[in-house]
Order: sequence, then structure tokens, then C-alpha cells
Amino acid sequence: MLIDWFTVGAQALNFIILVWLLKRFLYKPILNAVDAREKRIAAELADADAKKAEAQKERDEFRHKNEEFDQQRAALLSKATDEAKAERQRLLDDARKAADALSAKRQEALRSDAVNLNQAIRHRTQQEVFAIAQKALTDLATTSLEERMTEVFMQRLRAMDGKAKEGLGVALKTGSELALVRSAFDLPAVQRAAIQKALNETFSAEIRVRFETAPDLISGVELTTNGQKIAWSIADYLTSLEKGVGELLKEKDNSEAKIQPKPQAKAEPQRGPKAAPKAEVKPVSKPEEAKPEAKHP
Amino acid sequence: MRLSPDEMIFWQHGFLKLNGTIVFTWALMFVLAVGSKLITRNLSTELERSRWQNLLEIVVTGIEKQIEDVGLRHPKKYIGFLGTLFLFVALASLCTVIPGYEPPTGSLSTTAALALCVLVAVPFFGIEEQGLGGYLKSYIEPTVIMLPFNIISELSRTLALAVRLFGNMMSGTMILAILLTITPFIFPIAMSALGLLTGMVQAYIFSILAAVYIAAATRGRKPRPEPAQDIKA
Repeated sequence: MLIDWFTVGAQALNFIILVWLLKRFLYKPILNAVDAREKRIAAELADADAKKAEAQKERDEFRHKNEEFDQQRAALLSKATDEAKAERQRLLDDARKAADALSAKRQEALRSDAVNLNQAIRHRTQQEVFAIAQKALTDLATTSLEERMTEVFMQRLRAMDGKAKEGLGVALKTGSELALVRSAFDLPAVQRAAIQKALNETFSAEIRVRFETAPDLISGVELTTNGQKIAWSIADYLTSLEKGVGELLKEKDNSEAKIQPKPQAKAEPQRGPKAAPKAEVKPVSKPEEAKPEAKHP
Repeated sequence: MRLSPDEMIFWQHGFLKLNGTIVFTWALMFVLAVGSKLITRNLSTELERSRWQNLLEIVVTGIEKQIEDVGLRHPKKYIGFLGTLFLFVALASLCTVIPGYEPPTGSLSTTAALALCVLVAVPFFGIEEQGLGGYLKSYIEPTVIMLPFNIISELSRTLALAVRLFGNMMSGTMILAILLTITPFIFPIAMSALGLLTGMVQAYIFSILAAVYIAAATRGRKPRPEPAQDIKA
């Protein structure tokens, strides 16, 4: 018999024991371990997913913040640029204004220098001319300069041509006020009488005259009545000279400003002083005539 | 000449006896149990683990996968029984490489005992799964006429299980013994290797058939004609 029933029973029992043993020592721990590992892996994957999601969120947030920051920076930059531009413009304007002011001041200073120089020249010229004239007159005649001037005045009075003489005569005769004779110095009674006489003779009438001293004439005699005037004075010549010198200076300034001076510009000032005495001629008197006369004595 | 290790008797006292089958079975049980205990003593649940643990995990999860493939929905419930069947039979045939060893599965008593265990386990799991009524009802399906045939089928397949395993294992040992007397060189090695393969195949067939029978019983359907008939060596 191939089957031993005791052995069959023993083997069945052995097998059941083995089943229990392996269940206890093999399947359960191994399967538990595998399950635990799977759970762990699942948990780790879930954790990784969560972390990934979180990282994604943070990245989005960061990107958003970055964009915001960029925008803010750009805004600030543009604002700063605008402000800098405005500031630059303002500074430039200020500098320009300051430069303008400085330039104006400098021009003013130059002008005042020129004026001062002009005045100085005029003053000096007056003195020189007066001194030369006085010296010349003193040298040429024994009479004083004032007497000579009165003589010259009277000569001119007599030498007046018809039309002017007529106009002045009418003015003297019809004038409601006294005719005014102004002189640089207080005229002595002899000369006053001579002038009175000359007037009476010239206009063939009794001319009432009032004498007055006017130092601004420098040297000379002037007859004024009712808007008409006849005069001979160094002030006239000096005024002409001053005007000539003033034009010369002005011309010089202009040529300096233009850098390249024109030839005509130079010619003009030369002509100016010569023409000037003519411009100063009073309606009745003839200063150009007085010029040669002034040289004679 | 011994046909089975049953005849190798170490100790006898009347009905009780200690033969080679029982002793070798104990040895196998000892190796399996102690080996498992040693390896599973320090199990790691981390991603890194020892090679032995890896081996056991492969074996256990492989068995679990096979049981699931057969159609059992809760493989953890059946792995104790079916897995032990496979491991015992496989180790019994693997150990034939050890000189002086005779596989306990080469004894008809052992294979009959295993087949009887399957015979008992099938209705046990069947009743547990679908109740006594449900399980018994499966015997009269599709008609009552099938009842005797079902009963005969139940008995015959148990007998077939026992005899198939015994025949294969015993023949392997017998062929090896005979060949050693005829051509003692080289050829027995080839046959021994073939025997190892046969042993593994038989272990697989035995446990898979048991799984199929249990699956049929728990699903309340008649099992299909035995696939093992075709595979049978």
C-alpha cells in the first residue's frame, strides 16, 4: 500500500502548522511591509504633489510680485526721469536768466563807462576849448573875452539878413514880456548899454531888455524873446562836439558788437561831427557863420 | 528499491511512526519557518531594503499576483493556504539537489494529505464566501441531474491532484536512481535539472489548480474543464 494513513494525517497536520507558521512569519510581515511602503510612497507622492502645488503657488505669487515690482520701478524711473528733466530745464532757465542778468549788468556797466568817459571827454574838451579859446582871445586882443563875445554877438545881430531880422524884430516889438539876454557872466553896464544900443539900432525901435546870468552857456550871449532866439555861445559848439563824440562812441560800440565792422559805419562818424553844428542851428541864428568869426578875433 | 520515503522508518511505536516523509517535511518546515522568521525579523518599510527581504517580497507579491489573476478578489485571504502549498512543493523539489534527500512530495501519503487539504479548503472557503446554501446550490447547477457528476468531479480531481504530484515527484527520483545505475556520468545531471524544472512546474500546477477550485467555489460557478489535464506532464 502506497498510502500510509498515519503519515497522511501527520502530513496534513504538518501542512496546517506550516500554513500557520508561514502566515505568521512570512506573508503577514512581508505584506505589511509592502503595504507600509506603498502607503509611505503614496504619502510622499502626495506630499510632493502638495509641495509642488505650493511651489507653483509661490512661484506664481513671486512672479506676480516681480511684475508688480517691475511696474513700480518703471513708474518710479519714469517719474524720476521727468523730475530730472524738469529740474534740468529749471536749472537751465535759471542759468540763462543769471547769464542774461550778468550780461545786462555788464552792458550797463559798459554803457555807464561810456557815459562817464563821454562826460569826462566833454568836460575836458570844454575846459580845453575854453582854455584854448580864452588863451587865443587873450593873446589876440587886449579886451577881455566877455567883451569880445559881446562884440561878436552884436556883430551877428547887425549882420542878420532880412528875413530873420524881420521875424526877430516882430517878435521883439510885439512880445508881451521883456526880451531876455542871457550871458555866462554878469555883464558890465557898458556892455549892457552897448547891447541895448545895438538892439535899438538894429530893429530901429526901443527894445526893452532884461539881463540874466546863465552859467550853463559856458561862455557867450543869448537873446530870447517870444519863442525867437539869437545866440552865440561856446555851449553850442560844445554841444556839437559832444554829439559828435557821442556818435563816434556809439559807432564804436556797434562795430564791436558786429565784430566785422562795415566800411560805411566808419565813414559816418567822420561826417557826423561836421554835420552836427548844422543840426544845432536855431531857427534864426547861424552858428556856421559864427564859426569863422569866432576864429577871427 | 524504495518507492517513497514512507518506507524509510526511523522510529516506530505501534501505529505511531517517524518515517522519512515526516522527518524531511519537518526539515522543510524548519527551513521555511526559521528562514522567514530570520529575514522578516528586521523588515524595512523604507525604499532601501535587504536582498533577502527583496527576494521574499518578490516571491510573496508574485504569489499574490497569481492568485489575483486566477480570479480571487481578496488574495490576502487565500495566500496563506495557496502560497504555502506552492512554497512547500517547490522547496521540496528544489531540495532534491541535496544528496541523501528525498522529497516528501514523492510520497503518496503527503500528496494525498495535500489533496485532502484542498478538498476540505474548497468547501470551507466556498461556504465562508457565499454561505452554506449558496455553496451547496452550486452542486445542482445548472440542473439537479448534475449533482452526482459534480460530486464525482470533486472527488476525482482531488485524487488527480494527489496522484499527479506523487507520480511526477516519485518518477523524478526513480528515474534518477535508475539512471545512476545505468549511466552514472553526466546524463543524471541533465535529468536532475529536468527534475528541478518538473518540480517547479508541478508546484505551480498544484497551487494554481487549488486556486482555481477555490475561485470556482467562491464564485458559485462550475469550474471549467480542468486546464491541468492539458498541461499535465
